Amino acid sequence: MARNASRLAAMAAFLVTLAACGGSSAPSAQTDVGVTSNSILLGNTIALSGPAAGYGTIANAENAYFTYINNTQGGVNGRKINFKILDDAYNPAQTVPLTKQLVEQDQVFAMFSGLGTQAQTSVRDYLNSKKVPQLFVATGATTFMADFSSHNYTIGWQPPYQGEAHIYAKDILANHPNAKIGVLYQNDDYGQDYLKGLNDGLGSKASMIVDKESYDVSAAVPTLASQLSKLKASGADTLFLFTTPAFTIGSLAIVTKLGWTPATIYLNSVSNPQVYMGFAAKSGAALKNVTSVGYIKDPTDPQWANDAGMKLYKTVIANCSTCNVNDGFNIYGAAVAWSMVDVLTKAGSNMTRANVMNIAGSQLNETNNPFLLPGVVVKTTSSDHFPITQEQVINWNGTGWTLTGSLIDERGTIK
Amino acid sequence: MSRIRSAPPRYFLVVLAVLFLAGLPTVITSFQASEWAGALILAIAMMGLNILVGYSGQISLGHGAFMALGAYTSAILAHRYNVDYLVTIPIAGLITGIAGFLFGIPALRLSALYLALATFALAVVTPSLIKRPAGFTGGVQGIILLQPDPPQFMKDAFSAVTGTPMTSDQWIYYITFVCAVLLFWFAWNIVRHRPGRAMRAIRDGEVAAAASGVNVAGYKTLAFGLSAFYAGIAGSLFGLSTGFVSPDTFPVGLSIQLLVGAVVGGLASIPGPLLGAVFAYFLPIESNQWVPSQTWIPSQIAATVVKAGPAVTYGAILILVMIFAPNGVVGLVTAAYFRLRRRLRGAGDRETGQMPPGAQTV
Amino acid sequence: MQEFLQQVVSGLASGGIFASLALALVLIYNAMGLVNFAQGEMAMFATFIAFVLIAHGMSYWIAFPVTLVLAFAGGIAVQRIVIRPVEHAPVLTLVIVTLGLATLFNGAAGFLFGYVPRSFPSPFSVQTVNILGAYASYQDLGVIAVSGVVLFAIYLLLQHTTIGLTMRAAAHHPEASRLLGVHVSWMLALGWGLASAVGAVSGIMAAPALLLQPDMMQTVIIYAFAAAVLGGIESPLGAVVGGLIVGVTVNFAGAYLPFVGGDLQLAVALAIIVAVLVVKPNGLFGRPAVRRV
Repeated sequence: MARNASRLAAMAAFLVTLAACGGSSAPSAQTDVGVTSNSILLGNTIALSGPAAGYGTIANAENAYFTYINNTQGGVNGRKINFKILDDAYNPAQTVPLTKQLVEQDQVFAMFSGLGTQAQTSVRDYLNSKKVPQLFVATGATTFMADFSSHNYTIGWQPPYQGEAHIYAKDILANHPNAKIGVLYQNDDYGQDYLKGLNDGLGSKASMIVDKESYDVSAAVPTLASQLSKLKASGADTLFLFTTPAFTIGSLAIVTKLGWTPATIYLNSVSNPQVYMGFAAKSGAALKNVTSVGYIKDPTDPQWANDAGMKLYKTVIANCSTCNVNDGFNIYGAAVAWSMVDVLTKAGSNMTRANVMNIAGSQLNETNNPFLLPGVVVKTTSSDHFPITQEQVINWNGTGWTLTGSLIDERGTIK
Repeated sequence: MSRIRSAPPRYFLVVLAVLFLAGLPTVITSFQASEWAGALILAIAMMGLNILVGYSGQISLGHGAFMALGAYTSAILAHRYNVDYLVTIPIAGLITGIAGFLFGIPALRLSALYLALATFALAVVTPSLIKRPAGFTGGVQGIILLQPDPPQFMKDAFSAVTGTPMTSDQWIYYITFVCAVLLFWFAWNIVRHRPGRAMRAIRDGEVAAAASGVNVAGYKTLAFGLSAFYAGIAGSLFGLSTGFVSPDTFPVGLSIQLLVGAVVGGLASIPGPLLGAVFAYFLPIESNQWVPSQTWIPSQIAATVVKAGPAVTYGAILILVMIFAPNGVVGLVTAAYFRLRRRLRGAGDRETGQMPPGAQTV
Repeated sequence: MQEFLQQVVSGLASGGIFASLALALVLIYNAMGLVNFAQGEMAMFATFIAFVLIAHGMSYWIAFPVTLVLAFAGGIAVQRIVIRPVEHAPVLTLVIVTLGLATLFNGAAGFLFGYVPRSFPSPFSVQTVNILGAYASYQDLGVIAVSGVVLFAIYLLLQHTTIGLTMRAAAHHPEASRLLGVHVSWMLALGWGLASAVGAVSGIMAAPALLLQPDMMQTVIIYAFAAAVLGGIESPLGAVVGGLIVGVTVNFAGAYLPFVGGDLQLAVALAIIVAVLVVKPNGLFGRPAVRRV
C-alpha cells in the first residue's frame, strides 16, 4: 500500500508538472495550443455508429483532403494537418466528454465540422468559454450563423436550411403561383427550420400552405402513409418533403403507392443525392417533377466529367478506402475541408485561435472552391456570418439532376 | 459463520474505495475527473437498477426514461425558475421516485416478461415523449445548463492540495462523489434491513414471501420507487455534468448501458454497480481509442475493433457474463476469495458445516 | 370518407409488416415462454444475407429460400450456443441474453455492411389497385398475403404434423415429453430455427419499404411487440390480427387524435402494450394464464 501511495504521489507530481507546463509554457507570439512548428491538430466529433452513421463518411472525406494537402504540399505553411475523429453516435451526452477530451487532453487547436444540431449545441458554450474555435459545423441550423454575436467562436458553413426554403418559396411563387402546398416535416430543428423558411419566404402568400404534417424520427417509415394520406386528402397539389434521407426515400415511394401524383415535389438538399433518388426509384417512386436545390457539384453528373474540381475530388477521395466516390456527402467533406485549409493558409504565420476564428467568421472570401458550383462564394464579413447563401434550383430528369436557372442568393434575408 | 469474521476485509475495501475516489481528482486531469464523474453517475443509476432487478427481482429495461425525468426536472427548475442546481438534485430524485412508485403499481399486475416488454417500449419512446411538450422541455433545442463554479472553500482546499485551481468539472465530480457515497451507504442499509430482506424474499418466491407475512405489493412498488429515486438523482447529475439536456441525450442505448453495467458488475451486490459503471463507461471509450493507440496491436485488428464499435463488444460480453458468470464481476471475485480462504484455513470452516455466503447474501 | 378508407388500407399495409415479425415472436414464445428481443435484429441480419446473395448475382427466387435455410440454421445455432446454457435460468437472464443478442447482431451488421441505407428488391410490383377510392399497391397486398401464407404454414405445422405436436408438447409439458423420449432441448432449437426463418421472411418483405440498414427493425419490433401482446402473445392468428389492428390504430391515432399527431406514432405502440397488459393481459386470442405456484 505504501508503495502504491508513493507511486500515486509521484504520478500526481508528474501530472501537476505536466499541467503547469501545458498552461504556462509561454507559447511563441504567433501560435496557440495544438500548433507546433510542423503540425496542426484539429478535432472532430461525428456519428460513425448509431442511427446517423450514414453521415460519418463526411469526416473520412475531410481527412482524405487533409492527407492530400499533407502529401502534395507538405501541409499548410509547412505544418501538416492532423485530424482526430471521434465517434459520438449522434448522442449529445457523448459529444460533450469527447469534445472535452479533444480540447483538454489531446489539445486540439480547433474543432472542425462537428455533426448534428443537438450535439454541436451541447458543446457550443463550452468551446466559446474556452475560446476554442468551433469551425464549420456540419448542420444548417440557422442558430450557428445567426448567433455569431453571442457565440463568436462558432461558425457554420453550409447554406442555412431557412435560406434554402426561401429559394423554394421564390421558385414556387414564380412558377406555380396557384399551388396548394402540403408539407411533411421532421419534428425537430431541421424540419422546423425549413418550415419557418418556407413560411417566411412565401410571406403574404403563406396561406398557399394548405396542410402541414410532422413525424418523429423514431417513426417506422410505412406509418408515414398516415401523414401523406392526410396531405393528399387536403387537396394539396404540391408536396414539400423536409425530411431526412431514409424518410425522403420512403415518402417518395408511399406517395406513388397512394396513387397521388402531385404537380411538383420539393425535396430538401440533404436527401437529394443521386444515389438516394435511385433507391427511391427502385422502391417504386414515380419521381415526376421533383425539384430541389444544390450548391455542390454532383459527382454523378456527367457535365463535370472533365471539370478540374471534379478531377481533384476524385484524386482526393482515393485517399479514403471506405469512401464511395459517388456519395454526395464525400464531396461535401472535401469542399468544407478546402475552406478549412483556405482559412489556415490565410492565417499564415499568425496561427492563433483568435486570428483563425476572425478569418473564418468575418474575413472569408472564397470564389474558387473547386468543389462548389461555379459562382458559389464562401463569404463572411464583420456583419454577416453566413458563409454560403447561394444555391441553384435542380430538377430530376429521371437519371440525374439538371441545373436550372441561375444561382439564387439569399444573403441578408435570414436574421 | 459470524458477520464479524467476514466484515474486516469489506470495511477495509470500502474505506479504500472511498479514499481512492476522494483523492482521485487531485492526481488526474480535470478532463479525467469529468470522465470519472460520468462513471459515478452511471454507478448511482445502476445501484437503483440493482435494487429493482437484483434485490426485488423485477425487470426494467427503461431506466434511461427515469434518468431523463430526473435530468429534465433539474434542468427546468434551474433554467426556468432559477433554482440553485444543487437544490434541484434531491427534488429531481423525489419527483422521479414518486413517478417510479406510481409506475410500480400497474407493474404489479405484469409478469416479468411483460414488464420487460413495456419498459423496453418506454425506453424507445422516451426521446419522442420529451419532444412533445416543447414549450416546457425546450423540445429538440434542449436546455443548456451553466456548469457551476466551485465554492471558495473548495477552491482553497483543492489548490492547497494540488496547487492548481479547481475547475467546474472537478467540482461536479465532488458533488457526484458525495451523492454516490450517500446513496451507496443508504442502499447498503436498506438491503441489510427489513426492506432488503423482504425484497429478496419476494424475488426468491412471491407466494412463500406472502405466506410469511411480507407485504408483497408494498415492497415491490417501494423497490420501483427507490430505484427511480436513484435514477432521478443520477439523471440530475447527468444533466449537470453534460451541461445540456435534449431528447437525443436519452436514447434507448442508455437504458441498455445501465443494464449491461448492473449485470456485469454483479446483481444483488453493493460494489457491483460501481465496478459495472466503470466498465460500462470506459469500455466504449477505450475500445474506440485505447486499442488503436497501441502500436503492438496489429493495425488491421485495431481498425476492426474500432469499426465494430462498442455494440458488438457489449452484446458479446452481456451474453458471456450471463452464461459464465451470472453474478458478475463481484460474484467471480467473491467466489475466488472464498475458494482461496477455504484452501488456506478450510478445515476450520468445514467443521462448522456452514456454506460461505455467496454474492447474493450481501 | 375516402381519406378514412385510405387510412385503413395504408394501416393494413404497415400492419402486414408488423404482423409478420410478430409471428416470429409468437413462435419463440410458444417454444419456451420467452419474448425474443433479438427477433427484429435477427430478421434484419438475415435480410442482409439475402442482399449479399442477390448482389452476388443470385436470382431473387433462389436467394429467398437459401436465406430461409440459412436463417433456420442460424436460429438453431443461436439456440444451441447461446440460449441452451441459460435455458432454465430465470426470465430476467433470458431477457438479458436476447438483448445481448440484439446488440450483437445490430453491431455486427453495422460492422459488416455499414450504416448507409440500401434499397432491397421486392417481388411484387408497386402498381396500385383502387379500392373504393383508396389505393393499395401490389407490394403492400403481397406483404399481407405472405403473412397469411406463413400463418397458414405455421398452423399446418403445429396442428397437423407429428413434429408440430411434439414441439407443442415439449413446450407445455417438458417433463412428460422427456419421459416419452422427446428431445425437449432440440425441440426448442427447432422452435428457434423456425422463428428465425419466419423472421427472415418478415425482414425480406419489409426491407423494400423500410430500406435495408442495421436499424431497420428497431422501431418495427416495438410495433411487433404491441401486435403480439394484443393478439395474446401465444396465438399465431392473434399476431396477424394484432399486427393489422396495430397498423390501422397507429394511422388513426396519428390522423385523428390531435394530441398524438404525427409526433407520437411510436408512443401509440407503447400505449397499446400497456393498455392490453393492464386491462386484458391475455390479449384477443390468448388463453387465460394460470399462475403456477
